[in-house]
Amino acid sequence: MSLICEASFPVRGGDFKDAGKVAVQIKATLKKLGIDPEILRRAAIAAYESEVNIISYARLGKIHLQVDPDRILMNVEDEGPGIEDIELAMRPGYSTASDLIRELGFGAGMGLVNIKHCADEFEITSMVDQGTKLRILIHVPDG
Amino acid sequence: MNLASVVEKLNLRVACGQGGLERPVRGGYAGDLLSDVLANSSEGDLWITRQNHQNIVAVSSLKDHAGILLVQGKEPEADTLEKAVKEGIPILVTELTTFEIAGRLHRLLHGPS
Repeated sequence: MSLICEASFPVRGGDFKDAGKVAVQIKATLKKLGIDPEILRRAAIAAYESEVNIISYARLGKIHLQVDPDRILMNVEDEGPGIEDIELAMRPGYSTASDLIRELGFGAGMGLVNIKHCADEFEITSMVDQGTKLRILIHVPDG
Repeated sequence: MNLASVVEKLNLRVACGQGGLERPVRGGYAGDLLSDVLANSSEGDLWITRQNHQNIVAVSSLKDHAGILLVQGKEPEADTLEKAVKEGIPILVTELTTFEIAGRLHRLLHGPS
């Protein structure tokens, strides 16, 4: 299996001003590779929600993008508070976001759910007081 | 129907993105929760929202919306404008509420039902 593209995008916690910047970059990268628009949109949503999660909750983090001919893999890692109860965090509408974050239209408790919907394979692991890792895999069909 | 016709027929103000008014408007989506808009809006939608801060630009760009329509006379914030100009995303403004303008846009795009 030949790797088409590999890139790592750092994300700074608390930096709402630039929220979406990395997702836009990832989308542009995938677009250049000629990825199907529907797959592109799913990857972009997953990237955006991951980025916003890092910005909202962690000190810093990164999204590592790896594209093979048949799949897009995003490994998201942050250094932050971690998630105590992952099952609860995955519940639609559950959020620990501050009022400030909610006022901006974030923190609806849909981020992780959105990511899961967009992924063909999704794994989340978290260590309290250390950070959270996501593995997001999207298949790229032939053609 | 393109954005320019929608602007004219619904009497909208163009805050920025004059150059993008030829874009076709395929539908509309109304929402102020960014995750909801990301998950449920479609390419070519005119996004109706009361959020006027800079984060709306990335959302709209990621979803390939036709443009953003701010309601109740809300002006885009300065850094929103700056980002939208850079990304080439038209931002329009109406004095009407979300309910009123969504109804009119729906009628315009899909006819009276």
